Amino acid sequence: MVSDTGWMRNREGMGVWEHRGKVAIVGWGQSHMDRRWDGVALDRSCGGLTREACLKAIADAGLSLDDIDGLITSPETRAEQTWAPRPYFDPPYDTEDGLTKASAEWIQRELGLKNVKYFNSDAPYIGPMMGLAAQAVGDGLCETALVWYPMVNLEGRYGHNNPQNNNQEAPGATAFTLPWGYQNGAMFNNLVVFLQYCQKYGKSHDGLAPLCLNLRRNGLLTPWGYYALHEPYQLTTEDYLNGRVIEEPLVIYDCDRPVNTCAAFIFTTAERAKDLRQKPVYVLNHAQNNGRGRSTMATLDEHQEAVASLARKMWEGSGLGPADVDIFNPYDGYLTFTQQFLEGFQWHGVKWGEAHDFYAEDIRVEGPHPFLSSGGNNGTGRNRAVLFSDSIEQLRGTAGARQVTVRAETALAGCNTPDSCGFLMMSKNPD
Amino acid sequence: MSTIPGLQRPAPVPNELTQPFWDACNERRLVLQNCTLCERLHYPPAPRCNLCGSSDSFEWKEVQGKGHIDVYMVIRDSRIRGFRSAQPINFAVITLDEDPGINFLSNLPGTPPGEVPVGAPVELIFEETSNGQLVHEWQVVN
Repeated sequence: MVSDTGWMRNREGMGVWEHRGKVAIVGWGQSHMDRRWDGVALDRSCGGLTREACLKAIADAGLSLDDIDGLITSPETRAEQTWAPRPYFDPPYDTEDGLTKASAEWIQRELGLKNVKYFNSDAPYIGPMMGLAAQAVGDGLCETALVWYPMVNLEGRYGHNNPQNNNQEAPGATAFTLPWGYQNGAMFNNLVVFLQYCQKYGKSHDGLAPLCLNLRRNGLLTPWGYYALHEPYQLTTEDYLNGRVIEEPLVIYDCDRPVNTCAAFIFTTAERAKDLRQKPVYVLNHAQNNGRGRSTMATLDEHQEAVASLARKMWEGSGLGPADVDIFNPYDGYLTFTQQFLEGFQWHGVKWGEAHDFYAEDIRVEGPHPFLSSGGNNGTGRNRAVLFSDSIEQLRGTAGARQVTVRAETALAGCNTPDSCGFLMMSKNPD
Repeated sequence: MSTIPGLQRPAPVPNELTQPFWDACNERRLVLQNCTLCERLHYPPAPRCNLCGSSDSFEWKEVQGKGHIDVYMVIRDSRIRGFRSAQPINFAVITLDEDPGINFLSNLPGTPPGEVPVGAPVELIFEETSNGQLVHEWQVVN
């Protein structure tokens, strides 16, 4: 859940964003990506990968280390466990900071950044964090912010190392969920909503197969992605339909795969962006949702209202409408909730209940409806940053084999779930 | 223990807010917070009414324990230790007849995994957790 804070644009009626077109993204860097950290190679630890991504982003922007005066990151690296009680390494890898997270202070020391005046190591996950970064630059807290988002995956089965799942007691809010087998995170509630969706619109789980296959296809066109690097083969419909069942009807191919990686971005003022190496990608608005359902499980009605409200906030703040969005990269961490964003934002005219029919049309990057041209997290591994980096590349015209053939002037990207998320509207033009 | 073979439910830990709820469960009663200003039920317990925002208008109200099955899935690969030995196991969402905006979780004791009659009526029962604390459960009405 995203905490409600002053910088957020999480209410309708806030008007056009006061910094619309005055903040730009001018750099991006992606580290190497592995399934897990092996616990040995320190350049592949959280700190090592963060360092790599940050340096790439700074170089991509054509900036020097001295140009960076803001550092923003999230502690939500999804490591699930700490490195301890195993022995630490020599400095700077002698604490959790550097191994399972990489704070602003850690990266400042590692990179020798001398001019930082704004530190934030406590930002939310990447969706709202990108909005926070845009707001921070717009508000003048810093001029040029380095923003990074590591995802950490250590050894062991994902989720099984989470202490909560091995506890014989259910404290706090979990007292009303854990005793019935509910797992925290996006899987269960969004599967419940998906089942309600199928019931209401007469759809079924196999309607997600074309989306899954296309995401893998796009992911294989993303050279740094997990599947392009480590498992470079396409899935078939039969693979998807016969996938290992996790929580019936959800199969393994509906779930993005936890990976070990980091991405970094550079935000600066539109004024500063004019003279830099890359074509600026201007931020037209950011918007967040941080609601929750009335009862134990949020319902389809509640999720649909949440994304409809998110869309209204985005249109209001950016001055754009559904027909203006060229590139659309909403979160696909579980394929069961992606249709809510597609229908809520009415991208390419898709209305409530029509997503599965849309998936069955031509959604390839070279086709007329290049949905999730990034390959998403399903196609590249759970890094979440790809939603933004692909949007930037598409607007720059540097997406290579993934470059869409339709117009690419504006892009909308964000994560995580319909009721708790942050989205960013980007454009090639500041106006 | 649970009537579902192999299931070891984690035990709820009551706190100041939820103690009356769990005490009532141990008496085999289901009580929900009711805002006397809005006449609106709340579950799980909340510190304030999610409609009017009042924090001092709650009373505990016993409900009848009748509901219907909304949707269900089957847990086949749980991350929760106490459920791994009970897989496959139903996971259903139950709506309360008195207010369908209130929903509960259920493993539907007595219903074989995957053979869940969606839309069928259910009634309240109680099951034991790992430390003896009772929790509310739901059973298909035959």
